[in-house]
Amino acid sequence: MRNTEGRWLRLTVLGIVSAGLVLPILAGLWETARAAFGLLPAIGAETLSFDPWRQLLALPGFMTSLRLTLWTGFASTLLALAIATGFCAAMHERMDMGHSARLLTPFLAAPHAALAIGLAFLIAPSGWIARLLSPWATGWVLPPDLATVRDPYGIALILGLLIKEVPFFLLVMLAALSQVQVRAHLAAGRALGYGRGLVWIKVIAPQVYPLIRLPVFVVLSFALSVVDMAIILGPSNPPTLAVAMTRWFFAADTMLILPASAAALMQTVLVGTAILLWLGAERVAIWLGRFWVRRGGRGLSSGPGLALAGAGAVILMLLGAAALLALLIWSVTWRWPFPDALPESWSLRAWSRPSMGWGTALRETLAIGLATTALSLTLAIAWLEGEDRAGMSRARWAEGLIYLPLLVPQVAFLYGLSVTFLRTGISGGVVAVIWGHALFVFPYVMIALSDPWRALDRRMVRAAAALGAGPLRRLFAVKLPMQLRPVLTAAAIGFAVSVAQYLPTLFLGAGRIATLTTEAVTLSSGSDRRVTGVYAVLQAALPFAAYAAALMLPALLLRRRLGLAGAAP
Amino acid sequence: MRLPLLAFLAAGLAAPACADAWDDTLSAARGQTVYWNAWGGDERTNDFIAWASAELEATYGVTIQQVKLTDTAEAVTRVIAEKAAGQTKDGSVDLIWINGANFLSMKEQGLLHGPFLADLPNAKYLDLSDGSAAVVDFTIPTEGYESPWRLAKFVLTHDSARVPEPPRSMAALLDWSRANPGRFTHPAVSNFMGATFLKQALIELTPDRAVLQGPATDENFSAATAPLWAWYDALRPSLWRAGETFPENASVQEQMLNDGEVDISMAFDPASAAAAIEKGLLPDTVRAYGLDGGSIGNISFVAIPFNAAHKEGAMVVANFLLDPATQAHAQDITVLGSYSVLDPARLGDAEKAAFAALPASPALPSNEALGPTLNEPHPSWMTRIAEEWAKRYTE
Repeated sequence: MRNTEGRWLRLTVLGIVSAGLVLPILAGLWETARAAFGLLPAIGAETLSFDPWRQLLALPGFMTSLRLTLWTGFASTLLALAIATGFCAAMHERMDMGHSARLLTPFLAAPHAALAIGLAFLIAPSGWIARLLSPWATGWVLPPDLATVRDPYGIALILGLLIKEVPFFLLVMLAALSQVQVRAHLAAGRALGYGRGLVWIKVIAPQVYPLIRLPVFVVLSFALSVVDMAIILGPSNPPTLAVAMTRWFFAADTMLILPASAAALMQTVLVGTAILLWLGAERVAIWLGRFWVRRGGRGLSSGPGLALAGAGAVILMLLGAAALLALLIWSVTWRWPFPDALPESWSLRAWSRPSMGWGTALRETLAIGLATTALSLTLAIAWLEGEDRAGMSRARWAEGLIYLPLLVPQVAFLYGLSVTFLRTGISGGVVAVIWGHALFVFPYVMIALSDPWRALDRRMVRAAAALGAGPLRRLFAVKLPMQLRPVLTAAAIGFAVSVAQYLPTLFLGAGRIATLTTEAVTLSSGSDRRVTGVYAVLQAALPFAAYAAALMLPALLLRRRLGLAGAAP
Repeated sequence: MRLPLLAFLAAGLAAPACADAWDDTLSAARGQTVYWNAWGGDERTNDFIAWASAELEATYGVTIQQVKLTDTAEAVTRVIAEKAAGQTKDGSVDLIWINGANFLSMKEQGLLHGPFLADLPNAKYLDLSDGSAAVVDFTIPTEGYESPWRLAKFVLTHDSARVPEPPRSMAALLDWSRANPGRFTHPAVSNFMGATFLKQALIELTPDRAVLQGPATDENFSAATAPLWAWYDALRPSLWRAGETFPENASVQEQMLNDGEVDISMAFDPASAAAAIEKGLLPDTVRAYGLDGGSIGNISFVAIPFNAAHKEGAMVVANFLLDPATQAHAQDITVLGSYSVLDPARLGDAEKAAFAALPASPALPSNEALGPTLNEPHPSWMTRIAEEWAKRYTE
């Protein structure tokens, strides 16, 4: 009879997730689709037609936008995967899980927008790298006319995406590798005369890949539809499809909302097709791989490739760190002319007037982030507790449900969702924004908490039950204290995801809710890097603070319960 | 307190007494609070309005309450809503900072009080002749329904340390850019500043400027703009990044000037370079200048809605804004840095002295160096040029 235990809890959680997560996405997609076919009564469009599509195809630069989107999306995902795999192969034996995760944290925590703003300054022709090398090495007294940022090929955008995606892949790979007998395979492979790289590619990668497939799709979907990073690093005339449609959505000419909706729908189809293409490519890779593995080639030929991937990962992390450092320096600069390696004069003026804007933005960001995280965490724990009580593992459709908001491109349903919210009267406020953030925070919290929750030592729970503790008492007195560390880590991840949200805040806040992220992206198209620096530094500092708290709080709270404090993964 | 006084004074106003009509207005205005609906996005402008309120209170007993708008259309919509609701007096808007399309729409719908400009004593300092910039708002004659208060004007900015002798016409700019490839660009044409740059070039290059004062049509567009596109085709390859991409807006281009990525930038405010130097955003060698043949300029106006509750107070404010002392204060670079709308030829020695006494910034062009102000083309030209440009130059 165990299956009926906690049925109400499970049904309630499922109801909340369906109504709160799935329904808004479907409603958003529905409204977007209606507008894409000419139905948006609010602006007087009331006839069903293909005109928005015709208009979309006729917009100047549309085909270039499409090409650019596909190229940057696929290139960044493939490269990130290759670099992360190579780095794992080269370094895995020397890395210990906890330590590496801590090393990767800053890159995972740093919001896309802040990183992009810093990177844009770093690699610009008049940027920090050029300043460090000029004029003594380059001879440049004036910056050269080179397209290093916003280049027509989107290289800068790909680079920016790599800095965020490689650490993400590394983290999921490390988690997956803990389920694979790496040492044994390597020893066996070597004994048979295979080089380390070949063992990785032929034996280990095929076992790891299925475990990280969903994250790969998340990254692919994200890279194809990213907006904030593409605004800052991508080309502008024309930009990628996602940026172009965001511009049309917010254009003074409201009739452009119709072709923008068509583009949003196309974006969904694009991501869907891309995932199908990827699945097709998997088949081909399996077929070719089997043939290749059976041929039995061995040796050390893959050594240079591994070294290259390893170096690539290190360079990316250095660039990321330098980008964040550049932001910090700019925020305390007065003047920093080219080609000085460091500012000519310093000033705290940009920080000195919180009332001028960053104070409010900081408060809003904190409030929204905390509320969203608390909401998502509660829901995630309720979900996991429901699974526990039923004693069943998660169905595949449930896993799909959790990943849904991460797989459907944001731009595709956010506009429609804002229309739906408008109709129900909850638009333009903090509530709408918190709801919108929760769509993306909940999945990440859920993913982060699921594995540690399952790894919980059941004997303790059983012992508590045997001593007469009811389900609630078991949850609050046994499970949660034991899970304190993973719960806090999941909360930190959730908070970081909320802080970084750009489009949900923009669309659902109706321009009235200004967070650090929306302000930083807006300011990045202004002339004052010093003020932008303040916002970007704060934007990056919040998630760091959350992660630091997640690391330090357990030690503080559990200082009398060493057994629990040590139980961390 | 205010209402009986108002009624009494309104009765007083009805009696025709031309010579001391302004005195009547002044006494009616005493004690009024004027709700000035003005775009609130600029801290310096907000501070200036607060200063004006303090001055007016001390001299005339009138205070200003600024209603900070994010878009002027908000105020227009409010007045329309009030009219629709039958509220023909005691409306919530007393004074609007207004321009172009919003003015046209209010004037056409009969939502404005006036004509009142001629009643303002300080109007004597304005050039009120037909076609003067002070009486035309985006090609639409103001006919006394709005009063000027500040001037915006197209200027080029350059780093004098790198370009001592900048090009002073669009033709010279082409030669300069070809001689210095990659050192000039303009903001994206989807941005207002980029479009203004093309408008400025259009005025200089078009065969018949008078055509631009009327609407652009399918018939007149290609003839009027052909020289512009020929000029632009020649210019584009020499632009920064070969004219394949453009800075998003004038702020980004200002940053490029600061970084040394380009040598010339542009602004729609002659004081912007001096203000940016003050803020440490540009090197102190940057200068602003007007083009030899004159530069596009437009004047910002204030207008009074037909149902304003405090019309007299609003007129006192409008008159105060035209006072040479106020205009000189506004032109002070440490205050607003916004250029005077008054006609220098109509100022007496004392008034001129107020302007001469302003703190100088080498980055601030003198009124003479700015050259004449050219009228904006009809709004339809800007829309068409931007569309045509996107068609021609977006691959």
